[in-house]
Amino acid sequence: MTQARVLAIVPAFNEAGIIGRVVEEIRATDVRIAVVVIDDASTDETAEIARAHGATVLQLPFNVGIGGAVQTGFKYALEQGCELAVRLDGDGQHDPSELPKLLAPIERGEADLVIGSRFVESGGSYRPPFARRLGIRVFARVVSLLGGQRVTDTTSGFLALGPHGIELFASDYPHDYPEVEATLVALRSRLRLVQVQVDMRERETGVSSITFVRSLYYIVKVMLALLVSSLRRYPRFEGGSR
Amino acid sequence: MTPLRASLAGVVASVLLLLIVLELVRGRRLKERYALLWLATGLILLVLSAWRGALNTIAGWVGVQTYPPAVLFAVATLFILLVLLHYSIVLSKLTDENVELAQRIALLEARMERTESAASSEQRVPAG
Repeated sequence: MTQARVLAIVPAFNEAGIIGRVVEEIRATDVRIAVVVIDDASTDETAEIARAHGATVLQLPFNVGIGGAVQTGFKYALEQGCELAVRLDGDGQHDPSELPKLLAPIERGEADLVIGSRFVESGGSYRPPFARRLGIRVFARVVSLLGGQRVTDTTSGFLALGPHGIELFASDYPHDYPEVEATLVALRSRLRLVQVQVDMRERETGVSSITFVRSLYYIVKVMLALLVSSLRRYPRFEGGSR
Repeated sequence: MTPLRASLAGVVASVLLLLIVLELVRGRRLKERYALLWLATGLILLVLSAWRGALNTIAGWVGVQTYPPAVLFAVATLFILLVLLHYSIVLSKLTDENVELAQRIALLEARMERTESAASSEQRVPAG
């Protein structure tokens, strides 16, 4: 733990079936890494299993949603004085072997935030259903327009963060459906954002948190958040990270 | 028919509501989640105020023959009821979560006291 260079932040809700393997795979990479699993009040054995596989577990007293859970991880990273953090989903869809690729731009001092994007290069293997692909593309367009930099995948939760990224998201991270808005907040705070092509796996257990019924709320909420974010002032991290 | 002044007053009031809600969200005093129902209220009132034909038609449907703007009041009242109901649900959830937090803190404090007293009694052993 004391020797770890990178903190892996893994939000999990009822992922007992796979969380053990996720933690093991992260710890098995070449990166010297500590894993913190944020258990968002799971009703299964997620916390116990994650702990048994060597993760630090932060157990939330009740379900706060993905954004609040992930932000707990950013706050933990800040409290522990971590300079590098990565965020992976607890369902195993993010492949830990991509971590070095994600961390590289930050280590070269070229980025404060790296997004693992499924669409940097065309011909990646990820082909979501049409409606979802359209949504992803519309959000990417709007964020690119309002943020002043072309982003291809704003719904990705596969991230690497340097000190500025950790500091920003520890203090300002949306609570529900956070990824799209967080990308815009990062751009407007002048974080240097780099996108790296990654492939994502199909989820093997559990259910995606986005059901059809919630899609409408998702779209309206995110659009409102984007609109309002573009009217806000943000603290700026100019000059980049050290 | 709806008097023109009533329509204008409705438009002004609903635009004001929309602007206030947006400014509250921008200033982070209102979360998006709780702004959505207010925004829906404002938008529907705005449409019904500005589109006088629609208001008259709806008034005809629900049997308000003498004074169509009464439908505006009815719609506004309905939405206020919805917002209140929504808040009651949110409040109930917050109450449960608040109790849960208080309980967790009490348990944590007790655990901390145990750990601290165990640590201090351990320290005394090598000294004595």
